[in-house]
Amino acid sequence: MPEMKEKYVQLDEVIAKHKGTPGALMPVLQEAQNIFGYVPMDVQQIIADGLGTTLSEVYGVATFYAQFSLEPKGEYVVGVCLGTACYVKGSQKVLDKLSEVLDVPVGKTTADGKFTLNATRCLGACGLAPVMMINDEVYGRLVPEDIPGIVEKYRA
Amino acid sequence: MEQLIQLTIDGVSVEVPAGTTVLEAAKKAGINIPTLCYLKDINQIGACRLCVVDTGARALQAACVLPVTPNMVVKTNTPAIRKARKTNLELLLSNHDKRCLTCPRNQKCELQTLCNELGVEDGDRFAGAMTKHEIDDLSPSIVRDNNKCVLCRRCVAACNHTQAVGVIGPVNRGFMTSIESPWNMKLAEMSCINCGQCIAACPVGALYEKDGTQQVWDLLADPKKHVVVQPAPAVRAALGEEFGMEIGSLVTGKMAAALRRLGFDKVFDTDWAADLTIMEEGTELIGRLNNGGVLPMITSCSPGWIKFCEHYYPEFIPNLSSCKSPHEMEGAMIKSYYAEKAGIDPKDIAVVSVMPCTAKKYEAARPELSVNGLADVDCVITTRELAKMIKEAGIDFVNLPDEDFDDMLGESTGAGVIFGATGGVMEAALRTAYELVTGETLEKVDFDAVRGVEGVKEASVKVGDVTLNVAVAHGTANAAKLLDAIKAGEKTYHFIEVMGCPGGCVTGGGQPIVSAAKRMECDPKALRAAALYREDAGKALRKSHENPSIKKLYDEYLEKPNSHKAHELLHTTYTARPKYSK
Repeated sequence: MPEMKEKYVQLDEVIAKHKGTPGALMPVLQEAQNIFGYVPMDVQQIIADGLGTTLSEVYGVATFYAQFSLEPKGEYVVGVCLGTACYVKGSQKVLDKLSEVLDVPVGKTTADGKFTLNATRCLGACGLAPVMMINDEVYGRLVPEDIPGIVEKYRA
Repeated sequence: MEQLIQLTIDGVSVEVPAGTTVLEAAKKAGINIPTLCYLKDINQIGACRLCVVDTGARALQAACVLPVTPNMVVKTNTPAIRKARKTNLELLLSNHDKRCLTCPRNQKCELQTLCNELGVEDGDRFAGAMTKHEIDDLSPSIVRDNNKCVLCRRCVAACNHTQAVGVIGPVNRGFMTSIESPWNMKLAEMSCINCGQCIAACPVGALYEKDGTQQVWDLLADPKKHVVVQPAPAVRAALGEEFGMEIGSLVTGKMAAALRRLGFDKVFDTDWAADLTIMEEGTELIGRLNNGGVLPMITSCSPGWIKFCEHYYPEFIPNLSSCKSPHEMEGAMIKSYYAEKAGIDPKDIAVVSVMPCTAKKYEAARPELSVNGLADVDCVITTRELAKMIKEAGIDFVNLPDEDFDDMLGESTGAGVIFGATGGVMEAALRTAYELVTGETLEKVDFDAVRGVEGVKEASVKVGDVTLNVAVAHGTANAAKLLDAIKAGEKTYHFIEVMGCPGGCVTGGGQPIVSAAKRMECDPKALRAAALYREDAGKALRKSHENPSIKKLYDEYLEKPNSHKAHELLHTTYTARPKYSK
C-alpha cells in the first residue's frame, strides 16, 4: 500500500521536526492523528522510540485526552449532544437508541467500519435540542423513533 | 557557602539550606508531616494532598514540594489542616478495596497507618461507585492488584526514573484512571525486568511478589523429596527487620537455624556459590584480557540487569559474562556434584532459593538454566516470603541460637558475602584476580573506591603489569547511563559490575519493605550493606580462591575454572528480546 508507506514517512518527518523540544509529545500525537485518522499501537511505538520516551507515556497521554482516538473512526461519525439543554430534552434516550440500532457501544466503531458513535458536549444548537451530528450534517428536535430512518439513509 | 534559610514551623524556629522542602524542614523541627505519594529521592509530586500545611497563603500547600522561603511561618496542625487531611484519606478510601485482613500488606500498609494516625473512623464515609480491576498475576515475579491502588505513582516513578524501564503509567482519566501497562498488556507481555522496585515503592498492597511459599510447603511435606535450601548473601542483612529488628541487623546464624527448623534437609548457602562465581568469572575475565576477548566484560549475577540488557541494550550481550548467577550455580552443583556424593538421584532433589529478589523467580524458570532437563533451581521465594513461612511455623526468630550452614556447599569467604551490596562482586573479583595474576598476597583487601551508594563508581586498579579500569553501576537507569557513555566512546573499561536494583541486592525487590517515613530517616542501602561488610571483615578467609570447599570442588569434580565440565554446568547464554511483544 504505497499510500500507507507515505503516511509513515510523514510521521517520521513530524517526529524529526519536534524531537528535542520540551512537550513534543502532544503536537506529535495530534499530527499523527491527522495523518492516520487515529493513533494505533504501532504509531505510538514509533513515536515513543522516535522521541526517546516510553510507550507507557505515549499511551497515557493518548488515553487522557478525549481528542485522541485509539481506533480508526467510522466512515460516518455520529455525535449525540449530551449538553444540558439536549440532555433535559431527552438526548440520552436518543443515544441509547443509536447504540441499539447500530449495535455498538458509545465511543466505539461498528464492525463494518461504517459508524462511530460518540457522546459529545454542547454542539451550540440548543434551540434544536436534542441534537446530533452525522459528519457535518445536523439533526435537531429528535425523538428515539426518528433514529432507524436516519441511520438507514447512511447504510444505503 | 550554602545559603541558610530561617523559618518557623509550629512555633519552632529552624534553619535549613535553601532548596529544602517544608516537609524536610519540619522533620528537622521534630514534626512528622503525614505523606502518602511522597517517596524520598523517587517521587515528589504533591499529588495526594496529605502533607498539606498552612503558610498563610490562600489555600493549603503540599509540604513535600514546597521550598522554604526566608521567615516563612508554617502551621502543620490546625483544625482546617486536620480536616483536609482526613477528608482526603476518606476520599481515597471511597475507591479502595478495604479487605485489609487478607491483604499482603496488612499491618505494613502506609494507608492503614495513616488512617490510624489521622483518626479516620468511617472508611465508608464517601461510599459510592468503585472501579473494578482484574488482578494481573501472569508475571512469574510480580502481581498487580489495582483494586488496592491509591494512584500515588510511586511505582511509576521507580519504574521510569530509578530503573529507566517505564512499562507502567497512568492510563485514562479521572475516576477511570489506573496504573497499568499500555494497550491492556499484562506485565508479562511487556519488557518488564521483574526487578520489583515497584513493589518496594508501593505504600499499599497493590503490588506484591508472586507467591512461592505454598510450593515450598508442598515440597517440605513430600517424603520422597530431598529439599535443599540456599539463601542469598543479602537476605541475612534484612530478614531480621521482618521480626522487628533494626535495619542493618545481621542474622546469618538465626537464618540458618530457622531454615533447619522449617524442615529443609540441607541448609546450604549461596555465598558458597558466590565464591565459585568469582573463580569462574575471574578466570573468564583473565581469559578475555589475554586472548583479545570482548571487553568490557560485564557481570551477570543480577537477573533484573540481564533482562534489561536483553531488551534495551542487546548489543552488549557479547559483553555479558557467560557465568550463571550464583544461586543457579549452586543449584547446578547441588543436582550434580552433591547428588553424586550423597548418592541421591537428582530427580528427587528440590532446590529452593531464598532471594532478596523478585527477578530470580523469572530467572529460575529460564529453560537454559538447567542440566539434563532438570532446572537448576525449583523454586524461588523472597526474603519477605521466608519471613512469612517462619511466622506461620511459629518459630521465635529473634531468640533463635546461631547455627552454621551444612558442609560441602555452605562454607564461604568474606568475598562471597559482599556480593549482596553494590560493588561487592567487583571487590571480590579484584581480590582474587590480583592474587591469581600476580601470584602475590594482597595486603589490603578492602577496595573502598567501589563501595558506597553513589550511582556509578569508577576505579583504576593495578594488577601486575596492567591497570584495570573498572566501573560499578546499580539501578538500571545508572547502568543505561554507563552503557550510553561507552557507546558514545566517552568511556572505556575492562570490567563492569551492574546490579539491577539501586544499592544492589540488599535493597532488592524481594527485601523487607521500608516505609516512606523510615526512608526519610535513614538509607537502608547503606545500613544493610554495612552489615555485609561487617560480616566480611570478621571472616578468617576473605578471598574466594581460599575457600577450602571450592578448592575441593575443583580437585574432585570440575578440574579447573572454565573447564569443559564447568562450562557445561556453570555457564549460560542470553537472548536478545524485543521491547514490545505485540
